[in-house]
Amino acid sequence: MTVRLTHLERLEAESIHIMREVVAEAQRPVMLYSVGKDSAVMLHLARKAFHPAPPPFPLLHVDTTWKFRAMYDLRDHAAKAAGMELLVWHNPEAAERGINPFDHGALHTDMWKTQGLKQGLDHYGFDAAFGGARRDEEKSRAKERVFSFRSASHGWDPKNQRPELWNLYNARKGKGESIRVFPLSNWTELDIWQYIMAEGIEIVPLYLAAPRPVVERDGMLLMVDDDRFRLAAGEEPTMRSIRFRTLGCYPLTGAVESEAATLEEVVREMLLTTTSERQGRAIDREEGAASMEKKKQEGYF
Amino acid sequence: MGTPSYEADGLIAEDIGAYLAQHQNKDLLRFITCGSVDDGKSTLIGRLLYDSKMIFEDHLAALEEDSRRIGTHGQEIDFALLVDGLAAEREQGITIDVAYRFFATEKRKFIVADTPGHEQYTRNMITGASTADAAVILVDARKGILTQTRRHSFLAHLIGVQHMVLAVNKMDLVGYDEESFAAIVADYRAFAAAIGITEFTAIPISGFRGDNITAAPSANTPWYSGPSLIAHLESLPLASEAAQSRPLRMPVQWVNRPNLDFRGFAGLIAAGTAQPGDRVRIVPSGKTSTIASIETFAGAQPSAVAGQAVTLTLADEVDCSRGDVIASADDPPQSADQFEGTLVWLADDALIPGRGYWLKLATQTVTATIAEPKYEIDVNTLDHLAAKTLGLNAIGVAEVTTERPITFEPYADSRTLGGFILIDKLTNATVAAGMIHFSLRRAQNVHWQAVDIAPGQRAAMKNQRPAVLWFTGLSGSGKSTIANLVDKRLFRMNRHTYLLDGDNVRHGLNKDLGFTEADRIENIRRVGEVARLMADAGLIVITAFISPFRAERDMVRALIPEGDFIEVHIDTPLAVAEARDEKGLYAKARIGELKNFTGIDSPYEEPERPEIRIDTTAMSADEAAALIVDHLLDRRGRLA
Repeated sequence: MTVRLTHLERLEAESIHIMREVVAEAQRPVMLYSVGKDSAVMLHLARKAFHPAPPPFPLLHVDTTWKFRAMYDLRDHAAKAAGMELLVWHNPEAAERGINPFDHGALHTDMWKTQGLKQGLDHYGFDAAFGGARRDEEKSRAKERVFSFRSASHGWDPKNQRPELWNLYNARKGKGESIRVFPLSNWTELDIWQYIMAEGIEIVPLYLAAPRPVVERDGMLLMVDDDRFRLAAGEEPTMRSIRFRTLGCYPLTGAVESEAATLEEVVREMLLTTTSERQGRAIDREEGAASMEKKKQEGYF
Repeated sequence: MGTPSYEADGLIAEDIGAYLAQHQNKDLLRFITCGSVDDGKSTLIGRLLYDSKMIFEDHLAALEEDSRRIGTHGQEIDFALLVDGLAAEREQGITIDVAYRFFATEKRKFIVADTPGHEQYTRNMITGASTADAAVILVDARKGILTQTRRHSFLAHLIGVQHMVLAVNKMDLVGYDEESFAAIVADYRAFAAAIGITEFTAIPISGFRGDNITAAPSANTPWYSGPSLIAHLESLPLASEAAQSRPLRMPVQWVNRPNLDFRGFAGLIAAGTAQPGDRVRIVPSGKTSTIASIETFAGAQPSAVAGQAVTLTLADEVDCSRGDVIASADDPPQSADQFEGTLVWLADDALIPGRGYWLKLATQTVTATIAEPKYEIDVNTLDHLAAKTLGLNAIGVAEVTTERPITFEPYADSRTLGGFILIDKLTNATVAAGMIHFSLRRAQNVHWQAVDIAPGQRAAMKNQRPAVLWFTGLSGSGKSTIANLVDKRLFRMNRHTYLLDGDNVRHGLNKDLGFTEADRIENIRRVGEVARLMADAGLIVITAFISPFRAERDMVRALIPEGDFIEVHIDTPLAVAEARDEKGLYAKARIGELKNFTGIDSPYEEPERPEIRIDTTAMSADEAAALIVDHLLDRRGRLA
């Protein structure tokens, strides 16, 4: 009798297959762990792929020191539960210059995240890095390969990517070159939520609505997560029921007003909502339509 | 027929739990869209995303702004702008790569590969089609079947896409005329039959206006009685489900060995089903065992099917590693090292016949060489053209030789075990995709039968270590004489030996062979194989053959386990051998009665570094035999 696999089962199998190929062919793989919901799913799939062994690679968190406190809590807890080594990288130059989201805007993201990621990968000598990006997130991502090759300087050339046929991945690379691997390429946002529910995957509570202290600034709801938040004259945090659709540096991440306190309600809101996921991120809006593609060429992700 | 609908807003709002349960049970169909530059492909995909509410307000706002700025439909929304992703191609107004899009209906989730239509990007279409269950071939109702239509259909069929959909688009621009549609379908049917497409479904649509996309018939095409495009895509059977009824195939990706108590084999099941207790064969070793368990994060599972990524444990301690295939014990796949296949060249640098490329097939990676193509296929006319090489986007048929046998199935039977890529060893670029037709070895159905008694056990029983003493030298150099003495000495020492003599073998095993270069090579190949079998049986094998060519002696050396092949050069100068001429052969060769005689009119290639060299002008045959036996003793400490 034919067994009918659901789309989630097919996606899960594809992701696990990709991860095993990388472990079999790369010298020194790592999983980029951002503590977001996509990272949570990716980590869960890695545990499934290599069970009963722990995933045979470490987690790397490229930290900006400005993430939500709840993210740091889950990060340490999740790594321990998976039995994996957690590496945290802070760009020493950004730390020394005191780069922060209040004074430095785009430079903050560039130095802590983009430069920090390159430094972290170079520092540990990783030649393959799993990332949680999905093709449905943004137009230029729709064409990203599962195995994305980066030059020794981490550059991405959209015109010079390897064709990927069937489920055969060419993981060979020259000295100094590295691969970014995206096992969640074919997942959509709804698939991610559905899978989190079906598998009972732990995520940062900030994805669920709760009363939190916020200020409204430039049309964005920002959560005052610690006392480093610089309040402008006359600004007063107020308690509002909010949740986050994406998580990043707390002073740069806009919340949405919501009463959705359960996963089902979040998914319901997501399906009925009319703005896309990345819209809450300040970094994409700065340079217009081609901004993500430009960031990729510079080495972000 | 019912009207398919997209994500049901009402259900989401009223009963999210019910909605999620429904969504969770959807299956997944992958398809490609192909068409020429102006066939409206991106518009159609944009329409599918738009109708399935996969476009958010901010995307839509950007789309409306873009439509006004660079759109081609005046003030109306240009859906194509939703799909054309990369900045460079947005400026050019054409898609240049494969983009993947996602949408869902109430029944199914879909992954669409959007592939470009113009010629220089054949490789993108092949890439997008390689994972597709179905192909939607777009035709402009005003233009009918074009060269590109034929090319796309041929490529989709070549890569094995099961279901073809002919979407006759822009029906609005021909006044929804039934005759126009019927003429295009008839035209296509004739062409499709010619290239072996036996079945296709034709649907008249307008991607721009939305006719027959989600519901059929549209009010504009009352004459059309078939399904809408979406309803048809929802009803197609999935290739992955058909694979379940084939024999088990699981290419091993990775051996999971967290501790001494657990050894699991991780892989994606390509075909068949697996259950604890099933007999399996490891290919190529041929060893058999039984599936002990199917391990998952959620505990041991009672069964697994094609399409699932699993970890299997086996009941026996058998050798099995990445590259091996765990297969049904009764119906395993073949192994071979020579194939005929179709190649699609994907790189700017053309094929160099004879060069070594990496060939990756499933989890096996080996060096492979490609012969000069038998022919190239003109994708427009489908003519076979003579070709010395294959350039970017060329498709040809050629012989492929791998350095060692690989486990495979014809592509028509298995995309996983029949499809491969070629990788340039210098640049690491993926330069070609290949599809195996069949192996070129007559022995394609002969499997290695694993034997349970290891070679070492047979030798141990004889209290010796096997060896092949390979004598080489000119005719009349003294090979047979000395070999015979060595044999007798070893026999007296209670060693198990066997002497293979050139003249004797030519009376039996090799009596069909003459003395041409090709026959001499075959002579040595056969003797080498026999020596290998005897050494495998634990014997000390002594061979006495002229074996004039270095390459063949090295070929035999490669057959024998390292250290067990001992090359003995009986070094007698030609003048001395000719002066002895005990059989009168040199005399015959000198007057031309014997052709291809080594040393006279056929070369003797001296060994460069033989294990033993015997100078017969400096010692007697007995002294030589003693020296050779001593060498055997010295090398091994004892003659074991």
